[in-house]
Amino acid sequence: MTVPGFEVENLTVEYGRFTALAGVELSVPAGAFLAVLGPNGAGKSTLVKAALGLVPVVSGAIRFRGLSRAALGPSRIGYVPQAKTLDRSFPALAIEVVASGITRRWPFRLTSKQRASAMALLGRVGMADVATRPISRLSGGQLQRVFLARGLAGDPEFVLLDEPATGVDTPAEEDLYRILLEYREARGATVVMVTHDWEVARRHADLAVLLNRIQVGFGPPADVLTPERLRAAYRHAGHALPEAGAHG
Amino acid sequence: MGDIVAMLGHGFMQRALAGGIAIGIVASFLGAFVVQRRLGYLAGGLSHAAFGGVALGILLGVAPLAVALPFTIAIAVAIHAVQDRSPISSDSAIGVFFSVSMALGIVFLALTPRYSADAFAFLFGSILSVSAWDVAAAWALLIASVASMPLWGRWAMATFDAELARADGHPTRRHDLLLFVFLAVVIVISIKIVGMVLAGAFTVIPAAAARLGCVRFSSMTMLSVAIGVASVVLGLCGSVAFNLPSGATIILVQAVIFLVMLTVRPRGT
Repeated sequence: MTVPGFEVENLTVEYGRFTALAGVELSVPAGAFLAVLGPNGAGKSTLVKAALGLVPVVSGAIRFRGLSRAALGPSRIGYVPQAKTLDRSFPALAIEVVASGITRRWPFRLTSKQRASAMALLGRVGMADVATRPISRLSGGQLQRVFLARGLAGDPEFVLLDEPATGVDTPAEEDLYRILLEYREARGATVVMVTHDWEVARRHADLAVLLNRIQVGFGPPADVLTPERLRAAYRHAGHALPEAGAHG
Repeated sequence: MGDIVAMLGHGFMQRALAGGIAIGIVASFLGAFVVQRRLGYLAGGLSHAAFGGVALGILLGVAPLAVALPFTIAIAVAIHAVQDRSPISSDSAIGVFFSVSMALGIVFLALTPRYSADAFAFLFGSILSVSAWDVAAAWALLIASVASMPLWGRWAMATFDAELARADGHPTRRHDLLLFVFLAVVIVISIKIVGMVLAGAFTVIPAAAARLGCVRFSSMTMLSVAIGVASVVLGLCGSVAFNLPSGATIILVQAVIFLVMLTVRPRGT
């Protein structure tokens, strides 16, 4: 029997009178990698934010290993936001960002144990050499990796990522996925990742969900990312449909 | 120098220093959050909003700050509610509430049958007006802020990124409201020394100066507190030595420190 990992049941999310997502229904086995795809405004980030309790869910439910987020405990879920949305004027060192994922609050001073744990996480993402650098002096790609390290703090069972490759160059992007897949392999973690990139979904994900405010398709990437379904997802979004196989 | 030493022997100066140092610590501690959350306009707005409460107290013939405290807290809660639950931006909400409070204050003063010189002391601050009760209130506030230190890491997390803090399970809306109320209390209690016109700046400038010299939020908080205390001591002494209004002198000392930090700030900050 398949162990349930990440489950979404008839989810509807509204912002005021605007329905951002309706009727999303999917089930991802524990340890699987789900890619969340769709055009801009399709509700991809909304799905992740609903899972994290950051946006109001009008109806439906999201479960982690059969439990609500509150019952599972937020520390079991690692979240990697888009680094580009973060305020870089905040005075912080890279190591403090990672340590805040360990302690789940901003560290006034780091204990030697916290420092060692944060350094190990930074080492895992290849960022140990920028540990004491202010975040204002990190490149977009470096900051994104620091956030990946933060997301992996506490050894979470679930890792939710919102377009983690934004602003990252191609070699660094491949490194980022390699680190993520290695972590998933070692921990048996379930990964849910928002991406614009169909190729990434085809190469790395076990399952894909295609959204455009409703669920256009869900299943193995080869079955979901078909020209017909992609046309259906992108038709109403005002996008020219890229060639299937190109980056979305 | 001799003047200052002589003045330190006076009760009013001792009260002003005792109260001022406590307020300087709390205001500049809170200022780190005010600056990083870009709440400078809120701080200025609340200090002006306090005018409505002070004027109501003068009209009713009761202690003005006893009325200004709940009045300003109510304004802070109202601003938080409007920005949280309506499409109105926070600066518009602050603008509306502080203008209405100022207008009410002017009406209350116009309705006051007797002329009150008190209003000017509250507007610009006066060390002569600092009572033993004011000192006690300032120290109670300091004790409360020391007791709130466990909240520092949560407030700082939400200041860094509110969404990440919520994803980590922090009740950020409740914490934000607490921060707004705390700011209102600090501003009202600092009015006697710095005056309503400058009470907002009192929370902003030390932290802004500290930001220029720090790459860590914890260091910024500590340096802000040090600048806050130093500016109160130097400002009060300067105010006595040169017979200047205390609030304006403290703020000018802070401005000098800010300019120095701006000039000599380390690379990377």
